[in-house]
Amino acid sequence: MLRFPLWKTLLTLCATLIAMLICAPSMIGPANRAALASVLPSWMPPNAIVLGLDLQGGAHLLYEVDRGDVVRSMTQNLRDDLRRELREDKVGVSGGIGVLPRGVQVRLADPNDYDKIQGKLAHLVPLSASAPGSGLDIANENGLLRLTITDAAIDNKVKRAVEQTIEVLNRRVNGLGTTEPNIQRQGADRVLVEVPGLQDTNRLKEIVGTTAKLEFRLVAEPGYNPGDVDSLDQTEQPGKLPVERQVMVVGEDLTDAQPGFDSRSGEPVVNFRFNIRGGQRFGEVTSANVGRPFAIVLDNKVISAPRILGPITGGSGQISGRFTVEQANNLAILLRAGALPAKLTIVEERTVGPGLGQDSIDAGKRAAYWAAGLVVTYMLITYGTFGVFANLALLIHISMIFAMLVMLRATLTLPGIAGIVLTIGMAVDSNVLIYERIREEFHAGRSIVSALDAGFNRAFTTIVDSNVTMFVVAAILYFLGSGPVRGFAVSLALGILTTIVTAVTMTRMMIALWYKYRRPTKLPI
Amino acid sequence: MKLLRLAPENTKFPFMRFRRVSYPFSAVLSIVSVLLFLFVGMNFGIDFSGGTLMEVQAKSGIADLSYVRDLAEHLNLGDLEVQGFGTPADASIRFGMQPGGDAAQQAAVEKVRSALGDSYEFRRVEVVGPRVSGELVQQGTLGVVMSILAVLSYLWFRFEWQFAIGAIIATMHDLLLTVGFFSITQLEFNTTSIAAILTIVGYSLNETVVVLDRIREMMRKFKKMPTDQLIDMSVNAVLPRTLMTATTVFLALLSLVIFGGQVIRSFSLAMMWGIFVATYSSIFICSPTLIYLGLRNERGPRDETTTGAKPLASGKL
Repeated sequence: MLRFPLWKTLLTLCATLIAMLICAPSMIGPANRAALASVLPSWMPPNAIVLGLDLQGGAHLLYEVDRGDVVRSMTQNLRDDLRRELREDKVGVSGGIGVLPRGVQVRLADPNDYDKIQGKLAHLVPLSASAPGSGLDIANENGLLRLTITDAAIDNKVKRAVEQTIEVLNRRVNGLGTTEPNIQRQGADRVLVEVPGLQDTNRLKEIVGTTAKLEFRLVAEPGYNPGDVDSLDQTEQPGKLPVERQVMVVGEDLTDAQPGFDSRSGEPVVNFRFNIRGGQRFGEVTSANVGRPFAIVLDNKVISAPRILGPITGGSGQISGRFTVEQANNLAILLRAGALPAKLTIVEERTVGPGLGQDSIDAGKRAAYWAAGLVVTYMLITYGTFGVFANLALLIHISMIFAMLVMLRATLTLPGIAGIVLTIGMAVDSNVLIYERIREEFHAGRSIVSALDAGFNRAFTTIVDSNVTMFVVAAILYFLGSGPVRGFAVSLALGILTTIVTAVTMTRMMIALWYKYRRPTKLPI
Repeated sequence: MKLLRLAPENTKFPFMRFRRVSYPFSAVLSIVSVLLFLFVGMNFGIDFSGGTLMEVQAKSGIADLSYVRDLAEHLNLGDLEVQGFGTPADASIRFGMQPGGDAAQQAAVEKVRSALGDSYEFRRVEVVGPRVSGELVQQGTLGVVMSILAVLSYLWFRFEWQFAIGAIIATMHDLLLTVGFFSITQLEFNTTSIAAILTIVGYSLNETVVVLDRIREMMRKFKKMPTDQLIDMSVNAVLPRTLMTATTVFLALLSLVIFGGQVIRSFSLAMMWGIFVATYSSIFICSPTLIYLGLRNERGPRDETTTGAKPLASGKL
């Protein structure tokens, strides 16, 4: 007990010092932090503690890729591909191609034709983009073909859609100019979008939630065949506009889109530029259809339908549609980032305004100061000198929790603060266990040294046992909890780890030193 | 300096004698809790029931609750609750799940936003859709069950089986009473409350372990002593520590309740209740179980040498 080796003392002091140094940058303002960063070497960044969305304000949006939408578009593609296939191989059908919920069916005019196309059918829907294999179940009842898309193929497509969605959303959200957005996959078909410090969540939702599928299509001329035309809503005016089903150019052929103003009317517009393929195609179509109106269709709504005044061959163009400046900005961002592969739905939303976040920080701080103040005072009046040791250990304990939070880049949430406040109460438990044991052993007739020794040794098993149980709980909370609750689990777990170091080792060291220099004749507790 | 002592020196409370009172008493409380849970139910927050919660703050002056209520009611959002909380400028609006899936929830939020957006700032908006709330319920239940199982297997491994059974009963007791607490106070039950419950489970086991540790030690030291006497002695020995720790944790929680703000108040209140129940159950529920399970009768005294220089003088105890 009394022999506490020098290296151990130094190591303990070092750890304490490092912990406090790591905490320091979080205490100073961001401006000072930036100044500090320019002085310090790059391997020693003055990182501040990462605040959770509930403390710094921001939006947490959980999106789900619409599986139904994915299946619908797969089915449509299958129908189109099948039609092309049948046409190429000159296979006659009786009736059209019928669409089923998860596939298509068709009746061959001559059931013997099945042998002709059988080999090709399997390739219509690949199992996935990378793996070979067919994603179709094919049933043939005497020429009545039923093609059903398999679950595996749909799962793969959804997975791919989630990946694409994340790419697109990254580009879109970065286009908003926000700092450190976090966009990640969650589960099989979900995407989590977290944007800290955002004021206008509505704009974020518009930017993220819009599919942004852009198409240039000709407006149908009178006397059209209803089968080749879609009747689409218009954003500029009420009523529907008949638009040809055939798409001239798609949004994927855009290379750039920028908001701007029309040179004549001064209206906000979006200027865009095609890639070579798109430019050529657009040139051909506009040359052949001078005088006809063409429709700019975004997500199956006609934004505007200008008349083609002359061939547009330069590979660039302009979309006008009575936009506000913000709408033009948003559309430009959307077009640059590309379209989403499937519709997204918000399944969970949690947004916190920056004002409330600051209020929560203040409340958390106040609670922490009061808790620390009360516990420290209480330890002091109960244990006197030993209370001072316990309080010092408590202080180091708290700075170590913070230091570890900073080092792990873990987020501090409001429940996380609650966890730390709770640890303030529980950290002293180890000290209390030790001190009470020391008292007990002393009163049972041991000498001071022997009582101190026995107190530490005997209390240690109990401390380990009780902390392990608490740690298990924290670990489970971490793996099952989400967001703020996770923050609670992290601070609780860190608190448990550091309490063993501080309450046992540090207090022991302090008491050993105290005994060495004071040589007390009676215990102060 | 005269130091404060919570517990008097060398207490000899006959704790185990109370088991004939404490057992039926706790059994009744547990049953009442279950009945409350079944027939009154908990005030599930939107995390588990799904729906929308908004906190708004008047841009100037105080929040006009009846105005907000009227406006919100015009929008036909079904089961709607408008409450003031915090400062007079604040109000919370809560409504249940809208029929029509996830998109309908967003549409409802949009309606409220555009109706109130001019004069109120939206400080917090939480929307939990039908599927997510179902998953949160699953995760929460799984978390509670798993942590109990995990901790109990640890206890099983570290202590004799009677101890583990005692700990199970005590923990279940604390869990039920906490559920009862949520039912009777109608505090909102959300994911943070699950965290509170798990922490209470942890704390309860912590308390139990401290008592059990001492009982085990005493068992090795005093091999001939009757079980109830032995347990009494152990509980008395750890009593100062139990009271001391309960008080420090209580002080920390008190700060959270008073200063920690609305969001974690239900967490802190539940924890406070949990500390109280856990302390009680570790003494009056877990320990007597050992007597009922015949700790001494079944397995003979261990042949371990007593550790330490000198046993506690039994005459003093």
